[in-house]
Amino acid sequence: MSKAFISENSEWTFDLLQKYDEEISRIATNFGLTTYPNQIEVISAEQMMDAYSTVGMPVGYHHWSFGKQFLGVEQKYKRGHMGLAYEIVINSNPCIAYLMEENSMTMQALVIAHASYGHNSFFKNNYLFQTWTNADSIIDYLLFAKQYIMKCEQRHGEAEVEQLLDACHALMNYGVDRYKRPTRDTLFNEEQHQKEREEYLQSQVNDLWRTLPQDPEAKSATQEPVWPPEPQENILYFLEKNAPLLQTWQREIIRIVRKIAQYFYPQRQTQVMNEGWATFWHYTLINQLYDEGLVTDGFMMEFLQSHTGVIYQPAFNHPFYSGINPYTLGFTMFQDIRRICENPTDEDREWFPDLAGSDWLTSLDFAMRNFKDESFIAQYLSPKVMRDMKLFGILDDDQKEKYEVSAIHDDRGYKHIRHTLAEQYNLGSREPNIQVYKVDRRGDRALTLRYEQHNRRSLNTDANEVLKHLQYLWGFDVKIETVGDNGDTEITHDPNKKED
Amino acid sequence: MSQIIDRRLNGKNKSAVNRQKFIRRYKKHLKKAVEDAVAERSITDIERGESVNIPARDIAEPTFGIGQGGVRDTIFPGNKEFVSGDQLERPQGGAGGSGKGEASDSGEGEDDFSFTLSREEFMDLFFEDLELPNLIKTQLAMEAKFKKIRAGYTSNGSPSNISVIRSMRGAMARRIALASPHKRKLRELEHQLELMLLNTSEDAPAVITLRQDIEELKARIKRVPYIDTFDLRYNNHIDQPVPTTQAVMFCLMDVSGSMGEFEKEVAKRFFIMLHLFLTRAYEHIDVVFIRHHTAAKEVDEQEFFYSRETGGTVVSSALKLLRDIIQERYPTNEWNIYAAQASDGDNWTDDSPLCKRLLTESILPQLQHYAYIEIGEGTPIGNMWSQYEMVASQCSNFAMQKIMNTAEIYPVFRKLFEKQSS
Repeated sequence: MSKAFISENSEWTFDLLQKYDEEISRIATNFGLTTYPNQIEVISAEQMMDAYSTVGMPVGYHHWSFGKQFLGVEQKYKRGHMGLAYEIVINSNPCIAYLMEENSMTMQALVIAHASYGHNSFFKNNYLFQTWTNADSIIDYLLFAKQYIMKCEQRHGEAEVEQLLDACHALMNYGVDRYKRPTRDTLFNEEQHQKEREEYLQSQVNDLWRTLPQDPEAKSATQEPVWPPEPQENILYFLEKNAPLLQTWQREIIRIVRKIAQYFYPQRQTQVMNEGWATFWHYTLINQLYDEGLVTDGFMMEFLQSHTGVIYQPAFNHPFYSGINPYTLGFTMFQDIRRICENPTDEDREWFPDLAGSDWLTSLDFAMRNFKDESFIAQYLSPKVMRDMKLFGILDDDQKEKYEVSAIHDDRGYKHIRHTLAEQYNLGSREPNIQVYKVDRRGDRALTLRYEQHNRRSLNTDANEVLKHLQYLWGFDVKIETVGDNGDTEITHDPNKKED
Repeated sequence: MSQIIDRRLNGKNKSAVNRQKFIRRYKKHLKKAVEDAVAERSITDIERGESVNIPARDIAEPTFGIGQGGVRDTIFPGNKEFVSGDQLERPQGGAGGSGKGEASDSGEGEDDFSFTLSREEFMDLFFEDLELPNLIKTQLAMEAKFKKIRAGYTSNGSPSNISVIRSMRGAMARRIALASPHKRKLRELEHQLELMLLNTSEDAPAVITLRQDIEELKARIKRVPYIDTFDLRYNNHIDQPVPTTQAVMFCLMDVSGSMGEFEKEVAKRFFIMLHLFLTRAYEHIDVVFIRHHTAAKEVDEQEFFYSRETGGTVVSSALKLLRDIIQERYPTNEWNIYAAQASDGDNWTDDSPLCKRLLTESILPQLQHYAYIEIGEGTPIGNMWSQYEMVASQCSNFAMQKIMNTAEIYPVFRKLFEKQSS
């Protein structure tokens, strides 16, 4: 062994953090990982809980729901129901990763590899993040949002702001542009634009309009065309621009919630990939450290123990089972891609002719850059992974008396499982497809949303509650009409209609 | 290059605002929880936090989601014995679609949301909008507590308090002020001397006088003292009275045979609450326990609550003792006096009018507040009640209540001490 160990016991110091980071950085660069610069912050457990409860936003505006989250986390942590996550990492430039002071040196090294090199490179290079988020300005924007909301609380009262935020949060998942690319803005521009928007709206107030003589012909005009001319998927955006009674500051707050939803949108779509990628890299990087003789056997044992904990997947009938562990699935798949590249079997050659035998670094990099969970699974889930994880499908049809095993990990089932699992990670099918359909502009201004039903799955019981929030924002009646699988439409949710 | 930053010193209470917002929003629930907790807790641990449960549906944040029913195909890991096409029974009672990935997400929502109120938060909720009456009449008493605060400078004081900088600054100013006219004159004379020496000889009489004047001036300047007692300044500290308030609380309880365990238990709770409340209102509280049957006795807490006695009831004995103790040990100008009496309403018939007289004439005028609770499930209201009602109508600092069971204590307590709209 040419080099000495970096450290030999489990206490960490800032010098050691620095040294580990240097080594990990060197190895990561050799593997061709490109990242934003890293900012590694050491924090205490309480601070970690704080960070947790603001969903990882380093600067968050104030809202009771974050308080609720905090209390929940605190309770669970104090009772020992859960350990705190090793890490929180923020998609910003520089990329901020938190290390908890309680952790041992090994854990810190693991987290540095996982967050500061794994997640970080994913944030920087994955196409969704590149398209939808703006790492350079997010912190500035959050700061702007926090200050703006605080100002609103002072000016318009906390209760008012709270109600508005409640309503916005209920619709947060529908505040996302799925297809349009947002423009990039700096904090300065953001403030500038906010002023401009406000001034523009002011300038449109002109009393003269009121005095224009009304054309009696126009009133009797025939059938009003459906408006908006096309269904709107971004409900919050639609409200921000079109809700008739909202004030300027309310529109601005809707905008803030919408922007933040948009920022988190890619994360929701790449859970498996993101965690899998980070896990794959902490595993690979730390193993490399070990191979180079930089860490001790003890270090490695502790590392492996944590690593196995992270990728533990309880079986479906295990009391701890709570869905497929994204770390496990992602890690196994990335490992498998490497295996297919390096040691392909005949089966792999048949399933992945392009992948088998190619350079693993290039292929892995390509996979990381160009997919999201849904397409990643559809593309790369191999029969071997399905066999290893013993995946099987259950078909639940509420019109049949029994469940049916739709497929298992065998020749007949691979394609079905792959397709179904990919679909399971498709946000489009996980969340109900609800769009703004029409507004009765000449009548009572009622807003109608349309829910496109699929597989006879109806909306959950929250829907009426959400509609009440929506009515608050819209200012007039709101209802949902459901388009069934057979194309029939019927009004299914109308909070103003008395139940029989 | 990576930047490593130590953030541990930054505040850790970033979530405090959010926590407060949450508590404010769910105050109604929390108060209910606090009430329940108080009804159940034992004496010794009233003052601690409380784990609170709020039904999850009350604090849920609704979002659109897909409900149950319909057709769904879900992938699970860990297959053991299934083969494609197997038919499985639906799990009994499980909501349709249980075992589905999403069900577990929302499954969390089935439980109550629970968290711990801190001691402060608990007590705040407990005492909210409660206030003891006549609190204004608080006296600044107690072993004269003072706080030293700085109060500028003085010209006399003890040497240890000399402010060196101030003194030296004064000295310098004085030196400049006293010496400068002489110095000006000195410069003039010296100039004259120089001119004179150009055309006269060294020992001309004019020169000699001039030299003498110069010497004299120099001596004068020298005589200005470097520092004078006049310059000395002392740091000044004055005693600022710290408002401390003290109260004494008298607990009176009937321990005669007619008081059962249950009545004692209720009485105990009532006293706890009064004591707790006083703890918050006053810095120093004395508690005096007086128990009585036919005779009254001052006892310690243990004996007060837990020893057993039998016998008849003469309430006035306790009131007399109360009056005597006040006279002896608790002058009203120094103490805020509160008394609480718990009884089952029994009294020796002829004694009740005497009690009334004692209260109205010698006791109540000295008291901030007197609370009387009568405990008993359906017991007929004794003769004491009617006498006390008369007292209540005469004196505003007298309150009385009837308590049927443990759960009623808290509301009664609140009623007794509800904020007086002044």
